[in-house]
Amino acid sequence: MELLCPAGSLPAVKAAVDHGADAIYIGFKDATNARHFAGLNFEGKKLDKAVDYLKSRQRQLHVAINTFAHPQQHHLWFAAIDRAVEIGADVVILADIALLEYAKQRHPNLTVHLSVQASATNASAIAFYQRNFNVKRVVLPRVLSIHQVKQLSRACPDMELEVFAFGSLCVMAEGRCYLSSYLTGESPNTVGACSPASFVRWQETEQGLESRLNDILIDRYGPNETAGYPTLCKGRFDVDGHRYHALEEPTSLNTLELLPELFSANISAVKIEGRQRSPAYVAQVTQVWREAIDSYQRDPEQYAAKNQWMSQLAKLSEGSQTTLGAYHKAWQ
Amino acid sequence: MKYALGPILYYWPNHKIEEFYHLAKASSADIIYLGETVCSKRRNMKAQDWIDLAKQLNQAGKQVAISTMALLEAPSEIRNLKKLIDNGDFIIEANDFSAIEEAHKAKLPFVCGPAINIYNAYALKVLADQGMQRWVMPVELSRDWLQKLSDECTEMGIRERFEIEVFAYGHLPLAYSARCFTAQSEGKSKDNCETCCINYPNGRRVDSQEGQPLFVLNGIQTLSGDCYDLINDQQSMQGLVDIVRISPLGEESIEHLEAFRRRTETSEPFPTPDSVNGYWHQIAGIRQQD
Repeated sequence: MELLCPAGSLPAVKAAVDHGADAIYIGFKDATNARHFAGLNFEGKKLDKAVDYLKSRQRQLHVAINTFAHPQQHHLWFAAIDRAVEIGADVVILADIALLEYAKQRHPNLTVHLSVQASATNASAIAFYQRNFNVKRVVLPRVLSIHQVKQLSRACPDMELEVFAFGSLCVMAEGRCYLSSYLTGESPNTVGACSPASFVRWQETEQGLESRLNDILIDRYGPNETAGYPTLCKGRFDVDGHRYHALEEPTSLNTLELLPELFSANISAVKIEGRQRSPAYVAQVTQVWREAIDSYQRDPEQYAAKNQWMSQLAKLSEGSQTTLGAYHKAWQ
Repeated sequence: MKYALGPILYYWPNHKIEEFYHLAKASSADIIYLGETVCSKRRNMKAQDWIDLAKQLNQAGKQVAISTMALLEAPSEIRNLKKLIDNGDFIIEANDFSAIEEAHKAKLPFVCGPAINIYNAYALKVLADQGMQRWVMPVELSRDWLQKLSDECTEMGIRERFEIEVFAYGHLPLAYSARCFTAQSEGKSKDNCETCCINYPNGRRVDSQEGQPLFVLNGIQTLSGDCYDLINDQQSMQGLVDIVRISPLGEESIEHLEAFRRRTETSEPFPTPDSVNGYWHQIAGIRQQD
């Protein structure tokens, strides 16, 4: 099982590699990837250095080109695929069928993984991508229960499956959420960011600290509450007079407890979310997951998610809490 | 311009569905989409019931398409999808790549629905080669985006291979989740939801703490809090859009379809006080541009 870790900067690449990642995924410094944030991602010399660091340590490089090409600007996205090939990337992670088609035609030997943004959640959708684009691996959206992951694994024996193991939790099927563009005009699919930072505003008021996105009130915090980033699906809203986290609470996904089941489902890779996170974060999460995977492989019968790992990860989580998300039926 | 009634996105009791389509039959709608697109637990209407209803509407002179689910996870959902695809008479609206795959296997054409992510002409060419006859633009895209995309299609010589439809009225389908937000809003789990969404014929509204309508909960689907309405934007669709879609909120939506048709270049703007049209104007969907 591959441990696939995020890197938004050169120090994060080093942190991931030094703490046990088998592979790293990155994006270029433009709108061709779904973490298009200021100060993040790779180009020029830093990109070369990242590649050298990985190659000299025999780790895999995945490049995410997982937004959707704009009309009459497809050349920017096609060029990103060409660049990934030039730098010797082992894998490109794609979602747009226009890019999948281009990769197949122009770079038939390039290994292609289907991004979570493509939202392939069943065997027939996976067959579509396999038949048309020779996709080697599918990253599963965070909408499936562990039972459904196992079913899919049995139904698609020739397809590698990758799942999200830890990090920020998208409550919606990835790639199929326009909430951000509805409130701000910018969506993950077109601009590469959800709830973009440029729309965020914090304000101390008599009613408490307010977080707003494009002037829309996402949440209001009391004096003893910890304020979180106003990701729009994690705000407190009113439904018929009842105020609560109507979509999802601030929380992170953590599947350490499910590791034995992921192994038995023949999952090829576990992915850590968080290219926007600090190198220190990447180092700590990678280290815990490396230990967990090694511990399982040494002695599968005795494996248990250690309390120490769980509390370490909880500290790094949104709202300092974690969930099994959709893997666990009760969450749904 | 042709006018279409989109599939009912909400869970209505059968008698309400029957009444709605009874009126739709007598309306001027050119195309009618029907079927369950949101949740496989909404089983009052079975696959065969939808197909029978499609036949009735077709006999009344309507072009009919059977819409399919957007988020399919279980093998049973794929089996139901195949049943709909094998209906023998009507084109299907695919809202997931699984439906395109199954239609391809059955050598049948399809409509690419709004829940499929297509953002450029190169992607459209892939689908046109697989049998796509009509494309419904993702709701978050604008007129400007569509114009560029349509020009790109013309340059590639594929513009004539399919029709273009725009979601022009109704609460916009914005997101799909594993979680049932309606069940959760009643303190129920999805497994024990008792299909409580049937009690909310237009979903449950989510407001900000300042009372601003943001979203509508409709089972696993999240819709826009405000109603999208491009009735006064039709002039900017000329030569660009072949079909306008009205997404039903109730029987009054059929009257609104007629109002759409009556609204011409010279007529007075139709009052749209609580509506939004931001997406079409390339701004936040929640905004209204006059």
